[in-house]
Amino acid sequence: MPQVRTPIRVGLFVTCLVDLFRPSVGFAAVKLLEDAGCVVSVPPQTCCGQPAFNSGDRRTAREIAVQVMDAFANVDFIVAPSGSCGGMIARHYPELFNEDPGLSARARAFADKTHELVSFLVDVLGVQGVQASFPHKVAYHDSCSGLRELGVSAQPRRLLGSVEGLSLVEMKDSDVCCGFGGAFAVKYGEISDAIVSVKTANVEEAAPHTLLAGDLGCLMNMAGKLSREGSGVEVRHVAEVLAGLTEAPPIAAARDVGA
Amino acid sequence: MTAHPTSPQFKDNAHRALADTQLQKALGNVRHNFIEKRASAAGKLPEFEALRDQARDLRDHVLAHLDIYLEAYEAKVLASGGHVHWARTAEEACRIVVDLAKDRGAKSVAKGKSMVSEEIGLNAALERAGIRAVETDLGEYIIQLRGEAPSHIIAPAVHLNQEDVEAEFRRVHTWLPKDRDLHEPEALLAEARAELRAKFLAADIGVTGANFLVAETGTSIIVTNEGNGDLSQVLPRVHVVVASIEKIVPTLEDASGLLRVLARSATGQDMSVYTTLSTGPRRAEDSDGPGEYHVVLIDNGRSNMLGSEFEEMLRCIRCGACMNHCPVYHAVGGHAYGWVYPGPMGAVLTPSLIGVDKAGHLPNASTFCGRCESVCPVRIPLPKLMRHWREREFERHLSPAVARSGLGLWAFFARRPALYRLATSLAMGALSLAGRRKGRFASLPFASGWTQTRDFPAPEGRTFQAQWKARGRRS
Repeated sequence: MPQVRTPIRVGLFVTCLVDLFRPSVGFAAVKLLEDAGCVVSVPPQTCCGQPAFNSGDRRTAREIAVQVMDAFANVDFIVAPSGSCGGMIARHYPELFNEDPGLSARARAFADKTHELVSFLVDVLGVQGVQASFPHKVAYHDSCSGLRELGVSAQPRRLLGSVEGLSLVEMKDSDVCCGFGGAFAVKYGEISDAIVSVKTANVEEAAPHTLLAGDLGCLMNMAGKLSREGSGVEVRHVAEVLAGLTEAPPIAAARDVGA
Repeated sequence: MTAHPTSPQFKDNAHRALADTQLQKALGNVRHNFIEKRASAAGKLPEFEALRDQARDLRDHVLAHLDIYLEAYEAKVLASGGHVHWARTAEEACRIVVDLAKDRGAKSVAKGKSMVSEEIGLNAALERAGIRAVETDLGEYIIQLRGEAPSHIIAPAVHLNQEDVEAEFRRVHTWLPKDRDLHEPEALLAEARAELRAKFLAADIGVTGANFLVAETGTSIIVTNEGNGDLSQVLPRVHVVVASIEKIVPTLEDASGLLRVLARSATGQDMSVYTTLSTGPRRAEDSDGPGEYHVVLIDNGRSNMLGSEFEEMLRCIRCGACMNHCPVYHAVGGHAYGWVYPGPMGAVLTPSLIGVDKAGHLPNASTFCGRCESVCPVRIPLPKLMRHWREREFERHLSPAVARSGLGLWAFFARRPALYRLATSLAMGALSLAGRRKGRFASLPFASGWTQTRDFPAPEGRTFQAQWKARGRRS
């Protein structure tokens, strides 16, 4: 791993789902960034505004975007353990302000500093491998926004290749949507379920020990379906495995509550 | 009258489609065949991505100068001895074709496959005037027998299995021997061909659509794989082209550029089997061809899209790649969308043509996975355009009240970080406690659309931000 000479200041955009549902992913992201020589801060934050943006409420989306840009004004990079939220900032913030001369340049500059976690490690920091061990067969699902908006595909596979004991199996249609789609999963629950059923069938066919992806929304959807189907496949965010932080029970799995 | 939309009942349509085992079996083929063929065809052509850029730029150029090219096209059609009719609406377009047929005492019309004729409801209009319209594309022929609408813009009967077709032919072709062998697809094709041949010969008028209209020459171009379009336009004494106004391309060279991406995107062919160019009626030295050549140029809502945030949709060259790659289309098929145009292109176009009040579900029933945009030969940003419809709905307060108030509540907290941290800490604490043993919820009242079929993962416990602060880390 190349040594970074001056510490890079990274603001972790932890994402609302990770903040609320799976803080472990946030700590895994922090570890990966710090191991790569970054100084990590977590400015007060709520959400990137995507729910409003995708519901057609541009005004609220813009208000939240300004709030995010203010909160992260003093970092070199904004990094999110999510292609969806990362894509919202990096691809859609400029679009939100394209008719606002006062903010469009700022939104573009902010977008240029924003990255999805794993692609940031590989593409920006030049990380070649990680110090972690996970002696299991894993499958990696390409979450849509990360894949198509940010080009996240080879980077996670490369880093997973450096995890000791890990073997990566490619499942059929790993690049096809899992059916999550935010509010879609509830509003059109029946269709969403049909789509995720195809996904879990492909997961079962590949028969990994653990299913990984880079977006918690997709992971909660796939984990929820696998769990309902009584599958034994465990589900985790890719950052947990890359950081070697896998003490937390897998997503949607039963916990030891003895303590 | 355009076809009656059932788009407002999209959810019910989808529910029925998901429970239809025959349909699900047929859709299983869509999930891979088209996709693998397109990928292979695109992969073999190093300049494919550059051709997509050129195709996009060409279509944008045409849309920016549509009036000029339409007038140039009209002049060339007239110069070649043809006639041009302008139709503002579906009703006008149908009236023009029906009047042409009636004035010539036509009893029967042979039709090549044309989505715009579905859009304007031409068959029904002809039937009302006592004129028989016969679909001659195999897929269209099958669904016409069944009284169905197309479920796909290039493969109209893709919702059917081979045994469905065999059953339909046995039901309708009662004059053929009952013990005939129809197990092979070739036998079905041969039977349809034999039945259609007589209908071609009997037709007084041939109606085709157009993939492209060439301004430079006044030529209409159709691409088919069965040759039925050729017979439809060459055998009858009158050829009527029905086409929407955005089908224009400036030159033959431009058309050939679009043809290079069209078939590859649609079926994975380098070229469709037949690419047929028609310019005017039969000339004195021609050995065959129609005595009359008419073009009906149909607006039906397109000019309203020009200059709007939906203009990019008019780039569409109707290849069907977006629906071939759409997980929602794969799940529910084309009929669920409830009108002529299904899949992502339909989710943008249908609200433009019949109103977002009727078709509001369509742009909402998308995960925004972006696979459609990634394969569109003219790079239409379909998710962005669907989102624009959601914006229109939001502005007009057409979004469901529950969704609006849910979003409003979320937005209230999302804009107040301190309050958000307090509220989410309490909520996640409670939710985590409730779900701590199993790590998941089998039912949640506010997310029953999810929990009916999937478990909902429980939160781990304290929020990340609360833990970060407790550790005294940098904010």
